[in-house]
Amino acid sequence: MSSSTDFTLAIEDLTVSFDGFKAVDGLNLYVDQNELRVVIGPNGAGKTTVLDLICGKTKATTGSIKFKNHELTDLSEHQIVRAGVGRKFQTPSIYENLSVYENLEISYPAKRNVWGCLTFRRTAEIKERVREVAAEIFLEDLLDMEAGLLSHGQKQWLEIGMLLIQDPELLMLDEPVAGMSVKEREQTADLLNRICKGRSVIVIEHDMEFVKNIAHKVTVLHQGKILAEGSMDQVQNDERVIEVYLGH
Amino acid sequence: MTAIYKNLLGGKQGVIGLALLAALIFLVLPMFLDIFRLNLVGKYLTYAFAAVSLVLIWGYGGILSLGQGVFFGLGGYCMAMFLKLEASSPENTAIQSTPGIPDFMDWNQLTQLPWFWEPFNSFPFTLFAILAVPGILAYIIGVAMFKRRVGGVYFSIITQAIAAILTILIVGQQGLTGGINGITDLKTLHGWDIRADSAKYLLYYINGGLLIGVILLSRFILSSKLGRLLLAMRDKEDRVRFSGYDVSNFKIFIFCVAAMISAVGGAMFTLQVGFMSPSFVGIVPSIEMVIFAAVGGRMSLIGAVYGALIVNFGKTYFSETFPELWLFLMGGLFIAVVMFFPNGLAGLYEKHGKRVMEKIKMLRSKPTPPVEKTLSGDNSSATARKAA
Repeated sequence: MSSSTDFTLAIEDLTVSFDGFKAVDGLNLYVDQNELRVVIGPNGAGKTTVLDLICGKTKATTGSIKFKNHELTDLSEHQIVRAGVGRKFQTPSIYENLSVYENLEISYPAKRNVWGCLTFRRTAEIKERVREVAAEIFLEDLLDMEAGLLSHGQKQWLEIGMLLIQDPELLMLDEPVAGMSVKEREQTADLLNRICKGRSVIVIEHDMEFVKNIAHKVTVLHQGKILAEGSMDQVQNDERVIEVYLGH
Repeated sequence: MTAIYKNLLGGKQGVIGLALLAALIFLVLPMFLDIFRLNLVGKYLTYAFAAVSLVLIWGYGGILSLGQGVFFGLGGYCMAMFLKLEASSPENTAIQSTPGIPDFMDWNQLTQLPWFWEPFNSFPFTLFAILAVPGILAYIIGVAMFKRRVGGVYFSIITQAIAAILTILIVGQQGLTGGINGITDLKTLHGWDIRADSAKYLLYYINGGLLIGVILLSRFILSSKLGRLLLAMRDKEDRVRFSGYDVSNFKIFIFCVAAMISAVGGAMFTLQVGFMSPSFVGIVPSIEMVIFAAVGGRMSLIGAVYGALIVNFGKTYFSETFPELWLFLMGGLFIAVVMFFPNGLAGLYEKHGKRVMEKIKMLRSKPTPPVEKTLSGDNSSATARKAA
């Protein structure tokens, strides 16, 4: 089997086992350029583990993960990020004791070695970019606020913004609307539809209304394997999917 | 926390804090203390180097090193080796069976200077070694630990073990290191008698100048993006990795900087006290250094200096008056700091001192800075006011 060069992300025969338990079992997943893929599935299906494997947090037992034809399984986390993969975590993962501005500034993809950090200067270009992203994530008026004081939804946005400023080619979002109000969900769906232009996005989500709003293609995971894949309509009418996931 | 952090960036607050500290070290203390007491203060201020280094690595980096005594000691030993070689000229040691080598080597039947002592005949090399030896050791420890993602309490235990190992090594290799007595009887630096009063004054001022320099250097590091990154790492190490940073490199860097800062303190200790021994290397001094930083405030560079001064004044006073109680008091002090004011004196200042200052500002008619108040050394609230 040879992986096509067209795919942004090509996962082949990916398996990870924790003490014999296969959390991900022989998974094959291909994500196209500019595609927004939603991954759904019951709890424990291995959704978050797949993201952990792609971004290097967990090491694969066997299999390959190719990002633009570069093998990711041998790289460490920061190398994968520098290659162009961004990851948002399930619970908002931001620097609570820094300001919103500083959160975004640290995420700006320049001068990421020790010497670079010592000699870092706030150039007009960086300030401009931080403002731009802050406006996009609805936080432009809160740049000086300590990030720990933001509401839960705002923290989620801030983390999305921290990814956005890295300008990754592959963006992975783990339950981006968990814990958000209805209005915030709408704003987030709108935000995602805007930012996924020009990049590939993988979203894990439970909220089916939200999924319908954004998905191009849906993958259903169950017990570490792919149960079904296709458009939202196809997946919703798949009997096996209804049985293990949607039916209840 | 961020309030203190912002003050460290400099601004009016930072400048005032530093100016008051400089006035205390350079003017007030020399004016009121005789040379014996001033020399003691100089010794305390060498511990302040280690306390400042702990602010960097522990307060900001979140890495509790229980082995700063190792680096303090290595810096001190490098300086002591040079001074000892100068004191062991063939004329001075004519009565030994092998003249020209340090006396303790002769007592241990060594007939030749060990190879690693040879370069310490050179003063430039010694100055280089004071920074390089602790720096390289810290780099090796850092690479071995941080690349493997050893952190938290495991790292603390390992640094403590290294402190114990180095002590045992120094004590065990008596012929090479002077053993438990350390390297004693140091007399001159390039023929300049370091035991004379004038030399003690000069060394005190050099020490104070270096300390201010180290604080400025630390401020520069902490106010750069690297300082903000350290704070970010302390809270969300994983997130920093996923922002594209190699976290271990930053930890190694700050650990090495902290080691070299401590080593400068150690070298100044040797010069001012006139000897170096394993009792300044091991676990107990390393933990005492952590207490200095904790009492002063582990997020405050200047607070750490006051912490070192106050705890050591207390130590001298209490160990003279109630020798058997001192250790309990020291332990109690550490527990009290952790429980009741976790941000130390600097934290107290942030909480209460600022309000008091506002009132003073409104009340006062003549603009005299309240520097003299701290002279008593135990007036912690007055000191706390300046600690941030």
